[in-house]
Amino acid sequence: MTEKTGNQIADDLLRPLFRTSLRFYLVVALLGLSVVAAFSAFGYQAYSGIGVAGIRRPVFWGFYITNFVFWIGISHAGTLISAILRLANATWRRPVTRCAEVITVFALSIGAMFPVIHLGRPWLAFWLIPYPSERLIWPNFRSPLVWDFFAINTYLIGSVAFLTLPIIPDWALVRDKASGWRKRVYGILSLGWRGTPKQWSRLETAMHIMAIAIIPVAVSVHTIVSWDFAMAPVPMWHSTIFGPYFVAGAIFSGIAGLILAMALLRKFLHLEEYLKPLHFDNLGKLLLMMSLLWFYFVFAERLTTWYGNEPSEMAVFWSTQRGAFAPLFWTMVFCNFLLPVPILAIKRLRTITGTVVASLGVVVGMWLERYLIIVPSLARKYLPSGWGNYSPTWVEITITLGTFGGMALLYVLFSKAVPIISIWELKVGKQKVLDGRR
Amino acid sequence: MREALYALYSDPESAQRAVDALRSASIEERAIAVVSSEPFEGYEFGRREHRTAMPWLAALGGMIGGAAGYALSVLTQKAYPLPTGGMPISTMWTNGIVTYEMMMLGAILTTLAVLLVSARLPAWKARVYDPAVSNGQILVGVVNPPEASRIAIQEALRGSGAVETKELVLG
Repeated sequence: MTEKTGNQIADDLLRPLFRTSLRFYLVVALLGLSVVAAFSAFGYQAYSGIGVAGIRRPVFWGFYITNFVFWIGISHAGTLISAILRLANATWRRPVTRCAEVITVFALSIGAMFPVIHLGRPWLAFWLIPYPSERLIWPNFRSPLVWDFFAINTYLIGSVAFLTLPIIPDWALVRDKASGWRKRVYGILSLGWRGTPKQWSRLETAMHIMAIAIIPVAVSVHTIVSWDFAMAPVPMWHSTIFGPYFVAGAIFSGIAGLILAMALLRKFLHLEEYLKPLHFDNLGKLLLMMSLLWFYFVFAERLTTWYGNEPSEMAVFWSTQRGAFAPLFWTMVFCNFLLPVPILAIKRLRTITGTVVASLGVVVGMWLERYLIIVPSLARKYLPSGWGNYSPTWVEITITLGTFGGMALLYVLFSKAVPIISIWELKVGKQKVLDGRR
Repeated sequence: MREALYALYSDPESAQRAVDALRSASIEERAIAVVSSEPFEGYEFGRREHRTAMPWLAALGGMIGGAAGYALSVLTQKAYPLPTGGMPISTMWTNGIVTYEMMMLGAILTTLAVLLVSARLPAWKARVYDPAVSNGQILVGVVNPPEASRIAIQEALRGSGAVETKELVLG
């Protein structure tokens, strides 16, 4: 197969921007409906009160916080895959990085909404802002919830910059190839980019610095999210392992989310020549490694708990192993370990289909994992007289499903406005191959 | 009135020959313009103006951000003390987290600002550019060519394998 020229690459990757099919409108309408439903459910909750959600004493954190942790976790793929692969100069990363970085920005934005959705009076969220007032209160900087605010905002700003900076040259390309209103819009978005050696040098230096900076930020974000739980003296929460456990879980779920996004893009945007079996194979190997690491963390945590035999912790432990939460727990183990490991470990099964099946399992399994960290511990806390149950209502379920629809909708709209694979980076890769051959 | 004389090249070797030819024709380095749709770091023309203080400035921005985070957490906690039963009003364990996040934010924002300033973005004034660059052509030219050197410039550009030479009025 002859290699594509730079112009052919540009034509392929700009096609979704200039051509719109009926299927696009149908998909947007369907996903938009789920988002409208979610907003309506939230509006109903804000009007009627937080009581329409299922959270009651003693389980005050349920679906909303599960979703918060889940989406923050999904966001880790983008930055970590993109940043780490950039620094390692892994040449196969070029078609994958922008797909990954987009996931980070949108997943973070969705995750960051949930602390506000979770508020009983969300219109008073401005009380969190530190300004002198007659209430004489101030954010408690000793609280993990306040650390969340700083960590998530830093990560979001960094991720938006990390995503947007390398898009500028591609926007300039669209500006030059477009006409009419598109030319004006992309002309503004491209900020007058030309492509002088100085501009390229500054852009690549900035990307390098951002890649170095974003990795510790990404690690700190999910560590701090884990400390929302680990700092509390709740059975099976107050554990030193939570920081690395959550970071590993975040990377695990993020890679799975990325594989699913890539598979859908490959199919619907006809990117078979760019998102190749090699990319799925390499990400599949990373997913396998993270599955094994996840199992190691879960085993280490559970063994330590079981060995300590502390009564309040064992009540939570057995409720997940054999009690009310057992079906969900063992489904989680199947989805996160028993299903993906054979598929990803056997080369013949580590195909695009295989990695997609494994990733679907991991996304489900990791959502369950967040749920099982939160709800059983709150439902079986210390005194049996204080035990309770949790049952989500249609409000929480609708909002949860709406976030998945919203994520997909944002992704579809993004791929309509921006080349989903970085064109100039592909050209750089091609040039390096040519230079190597000379 | 500013103007530019430039040519388009289909490969980086020709573009490099053009830049070298312009230097041989005694054209000032800063008058030579190169524009491409991808970076060419393997070629000398792609490494012009490579040196930058951006990493140092990012580090400085990080220090300023960290100091701001420290001040925000430590000073305001002492101004609005919140007794929470046992924990000190201001402690480095927890203030360190806010300080760290603000430090990283400072480094990131500084990098962004330095990039925009040093790359002269946004750039709305007319500068030497040709949409053919987006088709993979590399533009090499001279901004405000001296009248006495116009012929030498055109010979240098054509002699290096130019696909096309053009004149552009920049306003």
